[in-house]
Amino acid sequence: MKRQPKTWRFELYVAGDTPRSRAALANLERICRASLGQDYAIEVLDLLKLPELWRRQQVLATPTVIRKAPAPERRVIGDLSVTEQVLKGLDIPRTPEGFPAPEEPAGERQSRELRRG
Amino acid sequence: MAAEQRAEIAKAQVGIRGFDSITGGGLPKGRISLILGTSGCGKTVFGMEFLVRGTCQYGEPGAFVSFEETEEELAANFSPFGFDLKRLAAEEKLALDYIGVTPELGIEAGEYDLEGLLFRLEKSISAVGARRVVLDALPALFQGFSDSAAVRVALARLFAWLKAREITTVVTAESTSELSRHGLGRSLSDCIVALSMRVSDRIATRYLQVVKYRGSAHKPDEFPFLISSEGLSVMPLTSVLPGYEASTEQISTGLPRLDTMMGGGGYYRGSSILVSGQAGTGKTSLAVHLAVSVCRLGDSCLYCAFEESEAEIVRNMRSIGLDLERWIKEGLISFTMSRATSDGLELHLVELERTIGELRPKVAIFDPISNLTAVGSFPEVKSMTSRLLDFLKTQGITSLFTTLVPGGQDAPGSEVGVSSLMDTWIDLERLETAGEQSRLIRIIKSRGMAHSNQVREFLITDTGIDLVDVYAGPSGMLTGTARAAEEARVKEEQRRRRNETERKRREQEHRQAALEAQIAALQAELEKSQGDLKQLVEDSEAYERHLSEQRAELGRLRRADARGEGEAQR
Repeated sequence: MKRQPKTWRFELYVAGDTPRSRAALANLERICRASLGQDYAIEVLDLLKLPELWRRQQVLATPTVIRKAPAPERRVIGDLSVTEQVLKGLDIPRTPEGFPAPEEPAGERQSRELRRG
Repeated sequence: MAAEQRAEIAKAQVGIRGFDSITGGGLPKGRISLILGTSGCGKTVFGMEFLVRGTCQYGEPGAFVSFEETEEELAANFSPFGFDLKRLAAEEKLALDYIGVTPELGIEAGEYDLEGLLFRLEKSISAVGARRVVLDALPALFQGFSDSAAVRVALARLFAWLKAREITTVVTAESTSELSRHGLGRSLSDCIVALSMRVSDRIATRYLQVVKYRGSAHKPDEFPFLISSEGLSVMPLTSVLPGYEASTEQISTGLPRLDTMMGGGGYYRGSSILVSGQAGTGKTSLAVHLAVSVCRLGDSCLYCAFEESEAEIVRNMRSIGLDLERWIKEGLISFTMSRATSDGLELHLVELERTIGELRPKVAIFDPISNLTAVGSFPEVKSMTSRLLDFLKTQGITSLFTTLVPGGQDAPGSEVGVSSLMDTWIDLERLETAGEQSRLIRIIKSRGMAHSNQVREFLITDTGIDLVDVYAGPSGMLTGTARAAEEARVKEEQRRRRNETERKRREQEHRQAALEAQIAALQAELEKSQGDLKQLVEDSEAYERHLSEQRAELGRLRRADARGEGEAQR
């Protein structure tokens, strides 16, 4: 998010400014701050505002976060409320302090089944 | 078919041969149809043909969304069908979109929806203004996401979106359970078409069945279909029956005497003719005579040879004075050759139908149809023949089928069982008498004409076929040299009889002359006798007169009482 190129760069694809979109961004920020300090950048891409994106990326589920750097590309879908899965999916190192509690949009379903990709 | 038209829902023609007639016009317009079938049954081909024909024939652009094959794979897979998907895509007549449902979609970490997918599909479909959409292998989507509720919600929105735009949609899936498991069964039940494949005698045949069609009558039977180089072809059995036109125009058989036997003019145009006979009875020769006769009128003829090659037929026919080469050069006779054993029956029929559709011949000859039994059972061959006949009749094409009767078979034609379907049935028979073979021809039936009931001898000469009367006498029918001998014998007998008559005539003439002479002599005698009689009377009268005169003289001389004497005399 700052001047110099960051080691970690993420693209967050969302479909409109929804509670789920906002939750995903907040969760990603939370995890990155805790684990990567300042060395990360997040670009939010709204499919509804950028129609030309629909062919560029195979993004079916929203939100989808794509780790553009470091290579190789990795993807995680969902509101990123399950920290363990985000760390695993984006291969972000853990911190001994642990992570703050996830943000979830109000009224969302609590129980969910998760799986490895 | 006409009855089905009233109060019918709107339909989108698929353009697949036969399918539109089964469904009375195609798939429900603006609704979602489900095509079911296991792998390899032709779901993707059905879908793609629906789109390609839609855009090329009916001016409705389409979008093909594949959850299985990439755009490149699709383009490569469909080029053998003559579908240039890349060109259609470049011309914006067709959109191809591959939605890869792969693990690379990402690990799931929290709740999500499929807005991205919907957004993309809407873009993809709108980009070409698609009126037709195919969602190929849609259930694959459920494999990509563990949250099937999210997928279900997305699909429900997609379906609603498609319906709101009255886009005619085809969804393909392997089975209904695949969909109902995810609660999609109900939303996809307007029209269900099931494709299946069965193998019999190592020959695979595909079948199509319209399982369900809301708001429309349809034929629920299973119809065999084929995937050929032109896409799908469904062969409905009776979709066209009422439309036949019965021509009264006749077409020469190529044999003047056979024409005479057939009411003077030959076969009816557009009718079907069966020529049955054992091996070597001249079925092909008879068929080629028709072909040549048609060509002489400047019409074209298709010769479907299942046994001999074109070169063989040309050579063999040259030996009996029929020049096929000339007509082949002029493009009036086309040959198609196929070994009946090489393809399944369905393929055979569809290929025949396609060839006929391309060439549009006036006459089609199938030689011999009995060869098809090598790849199908009798009922199957009969069913195929009947469908082929339907097709030919609606096209007004005169068709001639030859069928081989195995030696010793009692009922000719019955082994394929197609004779009842035919308008005209000519039977050729081989007759062996006194160590000699000859051929007989008879018309067993010919609908709608007063045909000859006589058997003719069928001579194959180096100038073609000749029909000759056979001798039917008390000693039976005679053909060949026996007929020739009989002819000679009869001639000799006639000569003898003529001589005898002449002799008798002369005898009678003599007798008459003699009698006439006799009559003349008697006449002379009669006249003489009459003359004598007259003389006699005259003499007698003269004598009487003389006597009377004498007596009067005497009296005068005697001066006798002459008066008294004279009165006494009175």
